[in-house]
Amino acid sequence: MNSGAPPVPPWQIHPMRIAGIQRELEGVATYSLVFAGPPPPRGYQSEPGQFNMLYLPGVGEAAISLSGDHRRTDGWQHTIRLAGRVTRTLSRLDVGDQIGVRGPFGRGWPVDDWRGNDVVLVAGGIGLAPMRPIIYELLRRRSEYGRLTLIYGARTPSTLLYHTEYPAWESQGLTVLATVDRATLDWTGHLGVVTLLLDRLHLPQPETTVVAACGPEVMMQYTAASAAARGISADRVWISLERNMQCAVGFCGHCQLGPQFICQDGPVLRYDRVCSLLKVEAL
Amino acid sequence: MSNTGHPEVAESLPPPLWLSPKDRFQQVIDELRQQGYTVVGPTISQQAIVYDEIDRIEQLPRGWTDVQGAGVYRLQQRQDESWFGYVVGPHSWKKFLYPPILRLSAATPTASGWQFDRLTDDPPRYAFLGVRSCEIAAMEVQDRVLMQGAYIDDAYRRRREEAFLLAVNCTLSGANCFCTSMQTGPRCTAGFDLAITETPEGFVVETGSARGRDVVAACDVRPATKAELAAAAAAQQQAVDQQTKRLDTADLPRLLMANLDHPRWQEVGNRCLSCTNCTMVCPTCFCCSVEEVPDLNSGRVERQRKWDSCFHEEFSNLNGRPVRPDIPSRYRQWLTHKLATWHDQFGTSGCVGCGRCITWCPVGIDLTEEVAALRETTA
Repeated sequence: MNSGAPPVPPWQIHPMRIAGIQRELEGVATYSLVFAGPPPPRGYQSEPGQFNMLYLPGVGEAAISLSGDHRRTDGWQHTIRLAGRVTRTLSRLDVGDQIGVRGPFGRGWPVDDWRGNDVVLVAGGIGLAPMRPIIYELLRRRSEYGRLTLIYGARTPSTLLYHTEYPAWESQGLTVLATVDRATLDWTGHLGVVTLLLDRLHLPQPETTVVAACGPEVMMQYTAASAAARGISADRVWISLERNMQCAVGFCGHCQLGPQFICQDGPVLRYDRVCSLLKVEAL
Repeated sequence: MSNTGHPEVAESLPPPLWLSPKDRFQQVIDELRQQGYTVVGPTISQQAIVYDEIDRIEQLPRGWTDVQGAGVYRLQQRQDESWFGYVVGPHSWKKFLYPPILRLSAATPTASGWQFDRLTDDPPRYAFLGVRSCEIAAMEVQDRVLMQGAYIDDAYRRRREEAFLLAVNCTLSGANCFCTSMQTGPRCTAGFDLAITETPEGFVVETGSARGRDVVAACDVRPATKAELAAAAAAQQQAVDQQTKRLDTADLPRLLMANLDHPRWQEVGNRCLSCTNCTMVCPTCFCCSVEEVPDLNSGRVERQRKWDSCFHEEFSNLNGRPVRPDIPSRYRQWLTHKLATWHDQFGTSGCVGCGRCITWCPVGIDLTEEVAALRETTA
């Protein structure tokens, strides 16, 4: 990851203009950002799974994963759910308004290492956003991978993120299995937690299958447990963790989990490196 | 550094020098100031020996010592006129190299949005006078965190690279010192520009760098005699002999991480006030927060980095709720980071054995006792 590229100056804030706002769901929107001034040397380079610090002067910063195609050279996309002060304030901005951005930071999904494998993506809720760059990348390089499956869980049918893209993903070779916690009358799909689908998934060769998960921590833990039960060891499971982040470069200490700084060693981590730590309460 | 492309051949250290009478130490301060350094050294303030700007030897805590215990710090008059007859106080050099408040950037409103400027300051060139061996070790620990990782803290680096270190070899140990356990002292072996050892008649001066040699060249020194060196060695040995506190570091990282559910965390958490004192006085703790500081008149907003502590409840806040909501979990975070996971992250312990966290804990929690208790009843 990041081989050869010099790290970005940690406190450098780039002014970026909101070039587009795509309303996704109630309280969720995707923002397209373009550099308002001269772009930094690295331009829009990023790795699937990396994040930016989005900055609103006077309000603060929030660590938000990149959710767009990481090969695009015309801007960055962030899919944001209203959660705290920064995202609430952001939701009041319009196309043309400016914000500050630092990044991208962190280690992403090691998609190159997954070549030749079957890949199962497991996402919950807004957790699909940091996984969308992988989906684009895997489908672009479809022939390099085996079976590709997305298991996606949302609360209700109306909160399935990016649902308009599923047909395209399906047609390009990704099996999309969506499930909801609460069905509506018109819902004919699956019901219940994502692990129910993972438990039943046809996994002919677990020793060459990779599972990548992003969602609530407990969902990722159960996903890893299901994977283990299906013969997929913890070193073949990758998760993306969320913690308080203030610096994004391993200086502030807020995001520590045992020997990891999530901002620097993560947010994407191999499950065997953190599984025992995640089991300890309040670590 | 030689410019031949070969590593510098370890030259034999220049012979130690002798500075006497002691009042001639003023020459060292004068020369440092002459060379443009801001001299910071030990001085008495608010009933403690703290580090502050000084320019005269009269400001040094001559004839005073610090009596320390768990949750105890008292200044006491010595029977002799020792200038450096104390150990370490509430301050560490961290406050100069890693300022408690640092301005990072400014956002200025413009017609179309914001202009963002990185703020860099012009720190003084510090000469630290009276640096102890454990404190050199602490700086080297922070170097690894702030200068030797993927990202570099530029404000720290500029201060650190310029700083002149005048070290003092300890000639006594306090009740909370355990540098011998951490192998960080009491004798200064490297990392200084000058290192002095105090004897009743004068100072033995070792030079550790060209900068150091340059400074003593302006002072009335001569090569130390065998007797003077012997007196200095005896004084240094006192610090070793007096040291009673121990921390058994054998297999410590594994021991701690294998005992994250040990009942001792609850027990110590019941005593701990989560006051953050230990992290504030610790010379290696580096946790910080970033705050917005708006100017309501101009609309300009600054971002400031401030020392923070893993003992604050909101430190670990995630989506409005703390990951570590109780004191036992926060004490465990601090101790396991300091003594265990620091090794994973930075290849060294985060503890240098200075004992400040024991002295300045209002309820006298002693990490060496906590480790011993965990060790005795290990899972």
